[in-house]
Amino acid sequence: MANHSAAVGRRSPALTWGLRILVVGYLLMLVLWPSWYVVQHTFADGLTGIQTALQDPDVQHALLLTAQVSVLAVLINLVFGVGVSLLLVRYDFPGRRALSALIDLPLSVSPVVVGLALVLVYNGRYGWFGPWLEAHGIQIIFSWPGMVMATCFVALPLIVREVVPVLEELGDDQEQAARSLGASGWQTFSRITVPGIRWAIVYGVVLSLARSLGEFGAVKVVAGNVAGETQTATVLVQQKYQNFEQTTAYSVSFLLAFAAVLCLIVVALLRPKASKESP
Amino acid sequence: MIWFSVLVLIPLAAIVVKASGGGWHTYADTFSNSQTLDAIKLTVGTSLLVTALNMVMGTIIAWVLVRDRFPGKALLDLVIDIPFALPTIVAGLVLLSLYGADSPLGLHFANTRSAVFLAIAFVTLPFVVRTVQPVLEEMETDVEDAAASLGASRAVTFRRIVLPTLVPAIFAGASLSFARGISEYGSLVLLSGNLPHHTEVTSVRVMSYLEGGNTAAAASVATILLVVALLAIVALDVIARRVARRDGRDG
Repeated sequence: MANHSAAVGRRSPALTWGLRILVVGYLLMLVLWPSWYVVQHTFADGLTGIQTALQDPDVQHALLLTAQVSVLAVLINLVFGVGVSLLLVRYDFPGRRALSALIDLPLSVSPVVVGLALVLVYNGRYGWFGPWLEAHGIQIIFSWPGMVMATCFVALPLIVREVVPVLEELGDDQEQAARSLGASGWQTFSRITVPGIRWAIVYGVVLSLARSLGEFGAVKVVAGNVAGETQTATVLVQQKYQNFEQTTAYSVSFLLAFAAVLCLIVVALLRPKASKESP
Repeated sequence: MIWFSVLVLIPLAAIVVKASGGGWHTYADTFSNSQTLDAIKLTVGTSLLVTALNMVMGTIIAWVLVRDRFPGKALLDLVIDIPFALPTIVAGLVLLSLYGADSPLGLHFANTRSAVFLAIAFVTLPFVVRTVQPVLEEMETDVEDAAASLGASRAVTFRRIVLPTLVPAIFAGASLSFARGISEYGSLVLLSGNLPHHTEVTSVRVMSYLEGGNTAAAASVATILLVVALLAIVALDVIARRVARRDGRDG
């Protein structure tokens, strides 16, 4: 680190300050100021705005639904994400690289396209599996299973991307040692593997939660957007804004943004701890 | 694996099948619709511009975050992630509040193409920063010091030593940012006004086809989006490799 500071010290102060101001200014204009403005809007007349918004049954229902769908989707992704990560790192099988590339796909697919894809397959009238499922009493599109699936799809890569590098770094020495000492597969997993990737999992879960809470496009297509039934908080924001109930829109936005920032702060606080524990 | 197929692979396959169900006819129809064509042009063009901006700004931001020290840096680091974690619809609202009709700055970007640019720049901000940052952190300053002590100017050191190391990361971030840019939906709904031929982006087009019940057309536009995203990722990967190889020969 000594030569690091030496290198920094030798740089011309003009350049350093120029870059600093450029970066801070860019972020200020693009992110900070607009975000601050929403906070101002929300609390323009004290807490009344938020209180009125929270008394609206549609808002209550939307927030509750968003929370339920997100938690469910995160739980599913947790199980699946850890499973896939183990599969990708610990086992060699044909198609492994393809799977690894495909896992990242949801990050680059438009949420609207995700919704469309799910509708095409699970739609009750003309989807591939929809009619069959409907005949067995399971409705996916325009109902909560579809919303959970859409959310899962979108947040899918987040946990895998966090866990895979940590698993790779850990290596499987300890797992082999545990197994050779007679531990069962499950014991090895819960005593050796999980503690090693604990922080990666927590980080991935928090990120997925933030992403799931805020999912808009995919859920909008899949949910059918019935106020008080399948309307999530993000869709509600759009609707309220377009109906000129701006205070409600800003209040719900603020709550969502607050949750997102809270997730980020949790992650930021966890990060140093994680790197200290596994140097 | 089954869950993955049920969730991701089969639905995506369904899009392609649905779109090609009508043969080339569906694509031809979709493409000859000038509104759709304009939407695609706007989306791809703006995303390219934003990606170029991100490659420059992202690298600078990552540089400042890694090499510079000043009070409030940790906060800045946190701010980078906000666009990623913020619900896209809220992002749209956030930008609308500052650059919209009652803007305190007197900037009226709402319902213009600048709004599209702004929204895409907002949501894709973290990608290049977050891919370049770890590489820059790993990089030792020894080589730079050596270059400088041998009389290389700062510009030369940056171009010959720092940049080649960062190029793969920059391009990786750029491809993510481009893919995200062309697929952006939530933040644009409120901000861009969705004026046909002017500020309507592709995702909004897909949505309106879908709401109009024309799933075949929606699927064909969606396929085009998927193909463009894929092409961009492959192209950027190829460029990154070529640049890396050329620098390898130079050095």
